[in-house]
Amino acid sequence: MDGDQLLTTALFLGVVAITVGITFWASRQTAGATDFYAGGRGFSGVQNGLAIGGDYMSAASFLGISGAIALSGYDGFLYSIGFLVAWLVALLLVAEMLRNAGRYTMADQLAFRLRQRSVRTAAATSTVVVSIFYLLAQMVGAGALVALLLDVSSDTAKNITIFAVGALMIFYVTVGGMKGTTWVQIVKAVLLMAGSALIVVLVLAEFGFNLSDLLGTAASNSGKGQAFLEPGLKYGVSDTSKIDFLSLGIALVLGTAGLPHILIRFYTVPTSRDARKSVLWAIGLIGVFYLFTLVLGFGAAALLNKGDMAKVVASGGNLASPLLAQNVGGGDGSTGGAVLLALISAVAFATILAVVAGLTLTSSVSVAHDLYNGVLRRGEASEGQELKVARWAALIIGLIAILLAIPAQRLNVAFLVALAFAVAASANLPSIVYNMFWKRFNTRGALWSIYGGLISSVGLVIFSPIMSGKGVDPVSGKNLSLLPTSIDISWFPLENPGIVSIPLAFFLGWLGSVTSKEPDAVERYTELEVRALSGAGSEKAVVH
Amino acid sequence: MTDTDPQKPHERAARHDPIYDTLHQEPDFVELRRAYRAFVFPATIAFLSWYLLYVVMSNWAHDFMSHQLWGNINVALVFGLLQFVTTFLLAWVYSRYSTGRLDPLARRLDEQYIAELEGRR
Repeated sequence: MDGDQLLTTALFLGVVAITVGITFWASRQTAGATDFYAGGRGFSGVQNGLAIGGDYMSAASFLGISGAIALSGYDGFLYSIGFLVAWLVALLLVAEMLRNAGRYTMADQLAFRLRQRSVRTAAATSTVVVSIFYLLAQMVGAGALVALLLDVSSDTAKNITIFAVGALMIFYVTVGGMKGTTWVQIVKAVLLMAGSALIVVLVLAEFGFNLSDLLGTAASNSGKGQAFLEPGLKYGVSDTSKIDFLSLGIALVLGTAGLPHILIRFYTVPTSRDARKSVLWAIGLIGVFYLFTLVLGFGAAALLNKGDMAKVVASGGNLASPLLAQNVGGGDGSTGGAVLLALISAVAFATILAVVAGLTLTSSVSVAHDLYNGVLRRGEASEGQELKVARWAALIIGLIAILLAIPAQRLNVAFLVALAFAVAASANLPSIVYNMFWKRFNTRGALWSIYGGLISSVGLVIFSPIMSGKGVDPVSGKNLSLLPTSIDISWFPLENPGIVSIPLAFFLGWLGSVTSKEPDAVERYTELEVRALSGAGSEKAVVH
Repeated sequence: MTDTDPQKPHERAARHDPIYDTLHQEPDFVELRRAYRAFVFPATIAFLSWYLLYVVMSNWAHDFMSHQLWGNINVALVFGLLQFVTTFLLAWVYSRYSTGRLDPLARRLDEQYIAELEGRR
């Protein structure tokens, strides 16, 4: 191991040490279910805003979006815009009402007036599926990153990394609960903003802070000329790919407010006004961060040489930011380059750890609170039993994610996250919105919408070119789909299912509701409306 | 507050408290719901349309989007950055609106709820 790798390893271990320390500290502050699930509802709006940023600005954003811009130019920028505008849905329609109506999970809000065993089962199922998709993206990013830093391309090294990340996230969640996870996310958000701001300033300085020059160099260096700065390089090649782009755009903007790990963050603050404030902070933070990724992506295209770009291409774009950091620090072989590369990689590593912890926590809370206590034990389980199940669930979900991440390593992480968004927008958002705003909505509508959205979005991906039928890359000879080339089950032409599955889920929610003979629970809806809008009777913060 | 525990009775939560029916009839609540919806429904339609316009133009108005404004800055980039500006702006306007118009109504209803519960003791 040479000096550079020693430095990198030391910084990685530093990140691990800090987060482990936070987790042990948090475990001593965690007493009951509200502490474990919702951090005692004691976080301020600003703290939660930072934590939301930490939960949301994943490796997919940091590594994936800048990589997509570095490779496909302007088309990568759409991810940023969709991911940001989506927060308005959460701000205007979801955050405050969810905080007032629920307790710990997305399902609480549905269970408020629907038949709870069925809706809790459905909501927990979609929570786990969305979270696992999202987890895969993060773990794939972790594998790619470590392989680059330690300069090993062997699968064993990547697999060991994925396993280590998985083990850490299980530890954070089972020991630190929501308090530990939140603080890990806050620290990570600060590190990520500071680290990327530094690289952005260094990149801009190379061009005398002239954005137009940066773009011009990126365009000419990419070999694609002005087309690199215009929409359509990746998605404009055919009518199918244009519709795919539209489908992606819809999934991004409607997905955020249906992501379970974002939704449960609204329960960590004392009131709905704090929930609003945290979303406002998150919007500011995330917006600025995506402006950074624009500079990082075009900066990588402008500054990286052919050898580095080949590595970026081979990683599906994921290595654009770390290699850019090395470049602006002085390049390969220089001390400055090594320090910045190590620093940015450690930040990316912290990012991954914070996000996977949030995801694992979310799914284990849902399994324990919704499936175990709500469905199996009919609400009779004690708090201690529920928490024990939550910890076991974290372990099992973590192991499943590790096993699935190993074969998923060839996919761009931004793309994997986009799929999670499509599933969230299809399975979760329709029933959340209907439940809050539509008096007639009932159990059958919720079940049809959740299962219909879940099955159609995941099913369409299975029959899409992602899984099979893309053939091999004529240049590299690499298989472009996940399944072996001998198997072709594809018939759905789009890579992103949102344009079909989201309207379908909304339609099924309506159809199920109007065809159901279930009597309307009018008085429960009255109560839900009053409580969601005014906060009267909502869950209070824990006083220790 | 065991009477608002959503887990009891189990299969479908029974009505919790008649006080919500009273609050639902209050002019404050009617106004709160009206004012909330009057803001968020049009705002949601507006920002979603504005965003979809951007996506559709990126796809099908290539020449317009590629038009260069200053140096290498083209319409597509400015349009994209404008999405950031409008998102920040709408978030700020909603924050002002809800603090000024919605929160006082919500607070009064919450106080009434608390007073009613305490009056029963």
